Amino acid sequence: MSSLAPPAEQRQPTATSKADAAIRFEKVEIGFDHPVLGGISFQLPHGETKILMGEAGTGKTLVLKLALGLLKPDAGRITVLGEEITQMREEDLFALRRKIGMVFQESALFDSLTVEENVAYRLMEETGRLTDEIHARVLEALRFVELEHTVDLFPSELSGGMRRRVAIARAIITRPEVILYDSPTGGLDPVTSDTIIELIVKQRDVYGTSSLLVTSRLQDAFTMASHCFDQKQNKMVPVADGGVRDLHTRFLMLRDGQIIFEGTAADMLRSNDPYIREYLS
Amino acid sequence: MPIFSLTEIAKEQVEAVQDYSLLAGRSLTNIFGHPRYFADTLLQADSIGVGSLPIVILTGFFTGAVLALQTSSTLQQFGSLSLTGKLVSLSMVRELGPVLTGLMVAGRNSSGMASELGSMKVTEQIDAMRSMGVDPSKKLVTPRVVASMIMLFFLSIISNLVGLTGGFVISYLLLGLDPNQYWTTAYQALRFGDVFMGLCKPVLFGFIISSIGCYYGLSAKGGTQGVGRATTQAVVAASVLILVSDFFVTRLLMGIFQY
Ligand SMILES: Nc1ncnc2c1ncn2[C@@H]1O[C@H](COP(=O)(O)OP(=O)(O)OP(=O)(O)O)[C@@H](O)[C@H]1O
Ligand SMILES: [Mg+2]
Repeated sequence: MSSLAPPAEQRQPTATSKADAAIRFEKVEIGFDHPVLGGISFQLPHGETKILMGEAGTGKTLVLKLALGLLKPDAGRITVLGEEITQMREEDLFALRRKIGMVFQESALFDSLTVEENVAYRLMEETGRLTDEIHARVLEALRFVELEHTVDLFPSELSGGMRRRVAIARAIITRPEVILYDSPTGGLDPVTSDTIIELIVKQRDVYGTSSLLVTSRLQDAFTMASHCFDQKQNKMVPVADGGVRDLHTRFLMLRDGQIIFEGTAADMLRSNDPYIREYLS
Repeated sequence: MPIFSLTEIAKEQVEAVQDYSLLAGRSLTNIFGHPRYFADTLLQADSIGVGSLPIVILTGFFTGAVLALQTSSTLQQFGSLSLTGKLVSLSMVRELGPVLTGLMVAGRNSSGMASELGSMKVTEQIDAMRSMGVDPSKKLVTPRVVASMIMLFFLSIISNLVGLTGGFVISYLLLGLDPNQYWTTAYQALRFGDVFMGLCKPVLFGFIISSIGCYYGLSAKGGTQGVGRATTQAVVAASVLILVSDFFVTRLLMGIFQY
């Protein structure tokens, strides 16, 4: 499929090592009182978006946290942007994490900082101050999520959907090579969800970011697999040519600590697995 | 299944001590690394130093006053009431100034740090910070530790001065002592060892207060209730550690300065 229409050059991510995948899991295991992930392996190639699905509590959030090195697996290897993070010390992980953006399930904004300070957090980390240049970039990132008017508000003064979008702005402001989205549309109304999905599609198609996206809303997953971002109209449009163009979007299904499905949206619709059929219905 | 197993508890305790030591150690080594968060340190210094000033002044003053009051009856029996200044000054500078300041600031700031960092922990803000490549031990812990150590140093000096003033007010107004005599004996009583001891302790106490507060905050788990628990534990642990370490430091310095 992908041989037919490789999209424009703009999708080439600024990869450190193009040959290797952005994220690679090899037989990763983790458990707490009970086993949660039982040896999962997958890889996220550069420029691709993987949509992670599964029931509540199957360990989707854990996969993202493991990929960031926030947690250490009990067994297995995780490689991120060419570096094996399983053996790395916490001090050495910080540099790598700066190349990755993460949108937490509950947004995790700093509640005692304003929206502007939240979004500028990484940039202020480098300069120590809120300069005019940073202010301009914050406004640009907030414009991306259509929340420019909230710069001076505190997270507690925003709605859940707005917080989620601020979290997205905070994750994208440094143009990371990889973005991890944890249930960006969870618990939101369809209109707000669509806005957020459109943002993610925009990020995918305009900047060619590799991303791992957790969602429990099937509709979002299929929208992402069937729409692309049209920069001329500045909105998301359905792909007309019926799956000819590769949107670099794959699905990954977790169940009982195992990956039970990996493939495109079309593959998923064709699947005969009774669990997947039930999940889709 | 047993409700609790001794080995489990022992293992947890050892791990906690190990985690605390690592964090405490890193908070100090971070001072020599980059980045340094001067703005955060200043903010903390303001909250710890300026914020604690009223309670430190109040406790210092009344401690000095009550010292003068208590010792005067004993001293009077031996006809050496004139030594009140010496007694107040030695007790304040060597012990009560640093310890009481430490305990007051522990109650105020260990709890504050534990609850602030604890809330950040349970709402994933600490994870968010780590995910953005910012080291919480550098960004949150070191500024608090440095600010506490510096501020406790100055707060103790203030507490000592105010305590001496409290003692003076009692000696002058109630006991009818000569002001000149009070201040002269108070001043002459102090040797280098006393002053050194009095200035060492608050720095150590500042380190204990902040590192314990941060440790309990960063290891908080279990929602709001967990934050509450961490806060209480931080104050208790910091206060006990201050009193215990005070004993050992006193013994050590007494050995060094040959009392
Ligand atoms: N810090 C932790 N301590 C103990 N158990 C944990 C911890 N984090 C996750 N778990 C357990 O791991 C399992 C997977 O959790 P995870 O948060 O990854 O689920 P999820 O797939 O993201 O679910 P949801 O769709 O509801 O967000 C759960 O059973 C949870 O109880
Ligand atoms: Mg989750």
